[in-house]
Amino acid sequence: MTFPSEPEAVGRDLPRRDGAVKVLGTATYAYETPLANAAYLHAVQATIARGRVTALDTAAAEALDGVVAVLTPGNAERLASTEDRELAVLQGEEVAFRGQVVALVVADSSEVARHGAALVRVEYAQQPHDAELRADREDLYAPESVNPDLPTDTSEGDVDAALAAAEVSVEETYTTAMYHNNPLEPHATAALWDPAGEGFLTLWDSTQGVHPTRTALASVFGLDEAQLRVVCPYVGGGFGSKGQPHVNVVLAAMAARAVPGRPVRLALTRQQMFSLTGYRTPTIQRCRLGADRDGTITAIAVDVVELTSRIKEFAEQSGVPARMMYASPNRSTTHRLAALDVPVPSWMRAPGECPGMFGPEVAMDELAERLGLDPVELRIRNEPAVEPGSGKPFSSRNLVGCLREGAVRFGWAERDPRPGVRRRGDWLVGTGVAASTYPVSRMPKSTATIRREGERYAVEIGAADLGTGTWTTLAQIAADALGVTVALVDVRIGDTDYPMASVAGGSSGMTTWGSAVVEAAGAFRAKYGSEPPDGAEASGSVQPADDRHAMHAFGAQFAEAHVHLDTGEVRVPRLLGVFAAGRIINPRTARSQFIGGMTMGLSMALHEQSVLDPRTGHVVNHDLAGYHITANADVGAIEAYWLAEDDPHVNAMGSKGIGEIGIVGTAAAVSNAVWHACGVRVRDLPITLDKVLHALEERPRH
Amino acid sequence: MKPFDYLAPADAAEAVRSVAANPDAVFLGGGTNLVDHLKLGVAEPGLVVGLAGLLPSGIEELDDGALRIGAGVSNSDLAADPRVRERFPVLSQALLSGASGQLRNMATVGGNPLQRTRCVYFQDVTTPCNKREPGSGCSAIGGWTRHHAVLGASEHCIAVHPSDMAVAMAALDARVRTLGPAGERAIPFVELHRLPGDAPERDTALEHGELITAIDLPAQPIARRSAYHKVRDRASYAFALVSVAAAIEVEGGVIRDARIAFGGVAHAPWRARRAEEALRGAPASDGSYRAAADAELTDARPAEGLDGGNAFKIPLLRRTLTATLRDLAGEDPR
Repeated sequence: MTFPSEPEAVGRDLPRRDGAVKVLGTATYAYETPLANAAYLHAVQATIARGRVTALDTAAAEALDGVVAVLTPGNAERLASTEDRELAVLQGEEVAFRGQVVALVVADSSEVARHGAALVRVEYAQQPHDAELRADREDLYAPESVNPDLPTDTSEGDVDAALAAAEVSVEETYTTAMYHNNPLEPHATAALWDPAGEGFLTLWDSTQGVHPTRTALASVFGLDEAQLRVVCPYVGGGFGSKGQPHVNVVLAAMAARAVPGRPVRLALTRQQMFSLTGYRTPTIQRCRLGADRDGTITAIAVDVVELTSRIKEFAEQSGVPARMMYASPNRSTTHRLAALDVPVPSWMRAPGECPGMFGPEVAMDELAERLGLDPVELRIRNEPAVEPGSGKPFSSRNLVGCLREGAVRFGWAERDPRPGVRRRGDWLVGTGVAASTYPVSRMPKSTATIRREGERYAVEIGAADLGTGTWTTLAQIAADALGVTVALVDVRIGDTDYPMASVAGGSSGMTTWGSAVVEAAGAFRAKYGSEPPDGAEASGSVQPADDRHAMHAFGAQFAEAHVHLDTGEVRVPRLLGVFAAGRIINPRTARSQFIGGMTMGLSMALHEQSVLDPRTGHVVNHDLAGYHITANADVGAIEAYWLAEDDPHVNAMGSKGIGEIGIVGTAAAVSNAVWHACGVRVRDLPITLDKVLHALEERPRH
Repeated sequence: MKPFDYLAPADAAEAVRSVAANPDAVFLGGGTNLVDHLKLGVAEPGLVVGLAGLLPSGIEELDDGALRIGAGVSNSDLAADPRVRERFPVLSQALLSGASGQLRNMATVGGNPLQRTRCVYFQDVTTPCNKREPGSGCSAIGGWTRHHAVLGASEHCIAVHPSDMAVAMAALDARVRTLGPAGERAIPFVELHRLPGDAPERDTALEHGELITAIDLPAQPIARRSAYHKVRDRASYAFALVSVAAAIEVEGGVIRDARIAFGGVAHAPWRARRAEEALRGAPASDGSYRAAADAELTDARPAEGLDGGNAFKIPLLRRTLTATLRDLAGEDPR
């Protein structure tokens, strides 16, 4: 369907339409939904990592004034489907990870519910558990595929022979930590089961997709989708952890059915989020690169070891970016998993690419060092003509443009390549670079409806705005597709009463929903011309993507790192990213996405680490005092730029999706800058002072 | 959270009587730590006695030049006091390095030294902890020890005290004034906090129902050349991995006197008297500073654990002390 080549609204930095209500505090989040006489829920969690519940004494909790019910495996309803074992809550006595929900207290207030939960006595038959990820485990296995549905292993040419023959090579192991998404708004759900008629369940849930949540919950409860409505106008961040429903949604729906006619509310505590709402697996990445003296890469091999839970497989695709990033005649990638007695891992911003670009992009810096070649130049020399593996032409690929533009803006030309020789006051100073990439994805289904309402146009689609700007950007796309001024367009999202929309995940939102809106606008114009009457209405759905091209966004990130001469403290006063991500729909919200991703990448580089104590199987630093995220004081200058990229193949708007690429490569750029500052290669994230201190001990101070 | 009764007494004496008479009662100051513990189940008092408005909230200059700081003074106000900033910069810096602006507005001088360890196992009621539940065992030993002690720990507890202010107070020979069931008394600040020994459930020397009413800071010219150096895992809003409070007097390139305390390394603010002793009369040089650190750290023992344990704290503390003293010695006395 057509979209103007020189749009009016798209490309303008319009302010967020939801900005005012959020600043005023009047935007209602799931937990705040006005509901009279609501009951409150609090979950009781297992304190063992593997075994069985042998006794549950709920008498003290039930005796508490204000407790309405205590749901246990003994009295909770049997779910229609327990195929998704993460969601099969209170269905049996088996404990598969520490923190698993074993009971649920329903009470008149959140305080009483929490108190009641503390009074539930649980006895266990504990079995030995195993929660330790190591690369030398003997039980590592190859999953059938890795996310979303990609080959587990790939191989081209002869990597070992090429490495043996390589004039210069790098062979190192890199690790990334376990990370928790930690959106500001905890996972929260309100639910009301209307006892009238056949029964109708309404869920107000903080989710990245109302329709996917409805589909999942309908399956779990054996409901017709028409019996279920999911509402979510605003989301206080998700970063993937609200991309599919977690156990809180099932618990709320279950409790609502246990007290029919009475609404219930459940907000997980921050601590509970560390075991119940997903996380990113730690990764162990063995990376091997071989090259000729002139810097032509002859071999790329990445072997990744990760964890998954014993009850539900999640295979993070960390080896995938190495399959297409650089040219090489010999290449192999593998993924191996350890299935452990741990909470269920899940989606987190740029799954695959985010961890998977750490090892290879540090390895590229190490290769450049050994070649005596500038790391920007090394990347440029290994630019592939077509997508490695598939052989498809790129719809557009401007990694080189990003590297060159970034180098100019950052002042890379004056860089002295030697490590550990620049000092400013008590700080050693260095700079580093790394590349970013993220695929362009289009979900197969999404529909939008456009209707004339008086002088205005209403655009309805069950899309989500996680803080990303959807309320605003869909209006811009609709305005241009309709050929009307954006001020006349109203957007309605976040409700299954609107047409079906795909999840806000994989940076696919704008590509998918925007395409549906463009289709709907085309149908609307074809039907009604330029003078549509009041009530005129048309719908359109996203069409299959072009499969003749390889479609990816690219970027280059530059970092300046300072390492304190005495204490080894690491600071990053400057980050600069240049991205090639197709047409930018709204520069204001786009910039927020890019610098938000880069900040999260900085956080991964320096701070974030979920510490899983293998003795207990739980994350011990399970709050925001213990799990450090980058604070304001850690972020100095942070700049994001983008190239004007015209890609006619990705979709009608020419956009590529920008929610995730900003986090990809940042940690590698920082690690490379830390090496340049102090001479230490930190291959294990996060880059904490203890990892560089030994080198400072050996270094004369003056 | 377990429900509790709340009492707003008329004065400090009633507050003391109320808590002393009830083994299940606690004082509530700014609440920045206790309220967390109520939610987590770490503290389950039957009675909470509010202190708002009952304690002196001014800073008074005594005849001998000492400053008497009311226990109700907020951390923010103490840090901003011009007399503190001029005469005891180490204290102002320590206060400002702690927590966040909002928390410093709530936290009180009397409550700050009584905050409890942030040991993750202490704060998690599902893991054994001798401090929370005597005799249950120490989960930190062999666990995640990055934020744990290298000095003065015991086989029962390796937790550290989290306060920054307390480290400066320990270096400055402050005295704690209290009101208890047996009346008023004064305790040297360095005797307020205990090492864990075999009774880690006791953080301090205070009796149940004993209330801090003020902290006295004796006049001492040496404190004018003082500094607080906090090293942590992010630039702001994090507890110390190690910290150093130091005051130094240098004349003709020779150290005449020094006051030093360490934070983040022990169950109590660690007054480093052996380091002070090693510095007196020594040349103001990196070699002297390192030797002083080594004198204090001869008994330091790292806590093994996940991610390599906390052995890094020993060289880190030596380097931080050296850097702090170097900066102080190089500075003109004001």
